[in-house]
Amino acid sequence: METKSIMIVGVGGQGSLLASRIIGNVLLNQGFDVKVSEVHGMSQRGGSVVTYVKYGDKVYSPVVEKGEADIIISFEQLEAARYVQYLKKGGHIVTSTQQIDPMPVITGAAVYPENIIDKLNGLGIDVTAVDALTLAEQAGTAKASNVVLMGVVSKKMDFDEAVWQQALEQCVPAKFLELNKKAFALGREQV
Amino acid sequence: MKTLMLGNEAFARGLYEAGCKVVSSYPGTPSTEITEAVAKYDEVYAEWAPNEKVAMEVALGASIAGVRSFCGMKHVGLNVAADPLYTAGYTGVTGGMVIAVADDPGMHSSQNEQDSRHHAAASKTMMIEPSDSAECKEYTKMAFELSEKFDVPVIVRMSTRVAHSQSAVELCDREEREPIPYKKDAGKYVMMPGNAIRRHPIVEDRMQAIAEYGENCPLNTVEDNGCEIGVITAGICYQYAKEALGDKVNYLKLGIVNPMPVQIIKDFAAKCKKVYVIEELDDIIETHCKKNGVDVKGKELFGWLGEISQTKIRDKILGIQPEFNTFEDNVPVRPPVMCAGCPHRGLFYCLSKLGVTVSGDIGCYTLGATAPLCAMDSTICMGASISALHGFNKALGAEAEKKSVAVIGDSTFMHSGMTGLVNIAYNATNSTVIILDNSITGMTGHQQNPTTGKNLKGDPAAAVNLEELCHAIGIKSVRVVDPYHMAETEAVIKEELAKEEPSVIISRRPCALLKYVKHKPALHCDQDKCVGCKQCLKIGCPAISIHNKKMVIDHTQCVGCGICTEMCKLGAIKGNEE
Repeated sequence: METKSIMIVGVGGQGSLLASRIIGNVLLNQGFDVKVSEVHGMSQRGGSVVTYVKYGDKVYSPVVEKGEADIIISFEQLEAARYVQYLKKGGHIVTSTQQIDPMPVITGAAVYPENIIDKLNGLGIDVTAVDALTLAEQAGTAKASNVVLMGVVSKKMDFDEAVWQQALEQCVPAKFLELNKKAFALGREQV
Repeated sequence: MKTLMLGNEAFARGLYEAGCKVVSSYPGTPSTEITEAVAKYDEVYAEWAPNEKVAMEVALGASIAGVRSFCGMKHVGLNVAADPLYTAGYTGVTGGMVIAVADDPGMHSSQNEQDSRHHAAASKTMMIEPSDSAECKEYTKMAFELSEKFDVPVIVRMSTRVAHSQSAVELCDREEREPIPYKKDAGKYVMMPGNAIRRHPIVEDRMQAIAEYGENCPLNTVEDNGCEIGVITAGICYQYAKEALGDKVNYLKLGIVNPMPVQIIKDFAAKCKKVYVIEELDDIIETHCKKNGVDVKGKELFGWLGEISQTKIRDKILGIQPEFNTFEDNVPVRPPVMCAGCPHRGLFYCLSKLGVTVSGDIGCYTLGATAPLCAMDSTICMGASISALHGFNKALGAEAEKKSVAVIGDSTFMHSGMTGLVNIAYNATNSTVIILDNSITGMTGHQQNPTTGKNLKGDPAAAVNLEELCHAIGIKSVRVVDPYHMAETEAVIKEELAKEEPSVIISRRPCALLKYVKHKPALHCDQDKCVGCKQCLKIGCPAISIHNKKMVIDHTQCVGCGICTEMCKLGAIKGNEE
């Protein structure tokens, strides 16, 4: 099988590491060769963060480049726009509708673009936009919006729900498992 | 069973399986998780040292004692540890000694993108370079064997993409090893001139022997696809090349990057019409090839800057460029910022307001240099803030002393800041040094340090008392402030700047991300009272933004630190309980 690429993008602190580990384990459990690439350190502090997940018969480079991503999962609208160049022609975007102003917008040095999702659709891209933050709060904590998005993505990939549930159990500490399963279910209901 | 592991976690697993006994490191992105992961194995003693030089000396001491030892650091950390490394190159080892150095091409989290391979060549030590997590584990185990076989410290060179990528790893059991009985050997380990002069020829012979070993060993491998084009590469670049070029070229993958073999390269090149060297940062492999009469193309195509990728290789060798969509609007950049509730924010706002010259250092607080605070004039390396301030003040005299400060974190101060403070006391400038004591090593992700009262495993440990330490160094004026109280903090900074003596201000408040820190409920902005004056935006808090010309506070980010309430003269920002 040709290597497939997923990008998870968002703002440092939104939980992209957990999301990448969940997807990575889903794919490993399915018998794929998998590489997950994270960036730690300074960019965690509220900066734009990117995580790559690649899978196939044999994966070499852990990095996803422009025009290579089959799916982009975005935790924040502006980040979806920032990384749209990385999407393969015909690829999908799953994005939260959450907006977090970056510092240049807060200080007035730049403007947050309007109608991002419409503009992405205008490029002919299949965009699934969900209010992951509100759904996560319904599940019990704003922090679970990453797992809400996993629920959405699970409908866009051809694996049984049981495989995702198994990965959740592998990656989420026991005391938060029920809450995260609820968040995941709410995400799945959106598609 | 296969497990997904970060390169760094796999490295740690390799240390464990190889029977490594003593680990001493200083945190530094992208190397930190090796030591954090190995600390979870009870069979291995692991510690955070105050700096990389100490860590390497601890590891060498353990090796001399006869056990397998390890120290880990980032690329710039190896500069700090270069002194023991270069002489460990002469002494060699007893128990195997392995060093991890993590380079950061592209500077994801570093102040430069130096190439650590120079250190291996200059210190006449062996360096090997894995390209994925499985190799991180296997190479680490091999590194110990090679260290003992050739009597040499072995450096395992990591890079950000190898260290921070997860891939599948097969786990094995630990092999316990009996320590090699200690025997005094002054000729090998007392490096005074008379002994060192006898060690040097041994070192040269050893490096020759390793180069010969590299001609036929499992680390340097040829993949002959019967093609006209050959690629010589190492580490992560091998993975990029395989992805870009598949089986359209032949490969020589160098697992040993110092010292490099000669004949295997000549034989490989002789079978190809054209040979490319694909390596990030400097032209180490390329120069080696050319020195040995092998015609290769490298830096003229791939350049000296940042990371290489499959895209770059496809472009330069196959002439293929990617196709992609572009978003129509300008997308504002999202630089990293100090977190909501960060205790450094209040302090940096005061410095910004006072307009003083700020000699900065390495840590989260380097973000004080960014807009809107813009309160930093220089940042060089670990500990440089204090020594550079002294030099600045010696150059410009009394006027500068009253308008300049150094800022340095607690961990960085212990690393190499305190020697600079000794210099200020000893060589007398009336400098003002601010220690940003957030009770943790923040930027690398919360590691303990000698001031926190806990060790790497989280057990209670002796804590350095910063006030007493500064007094003992000879600084009489030592003040402690809480940076959440900006008016008081500003007043203390003004007082200390005015004094005709050196002083230290300890700005003390634990990192807002620490689990034990209890936060207040999120604040909110009363939309009736807010006039949109934007005063509160001057502190650069990511939780505060403007909507419909009024301020709003993001309740998912705000931790109720209250600094913004000091900025708002109208009392529009309130606690949610009010």
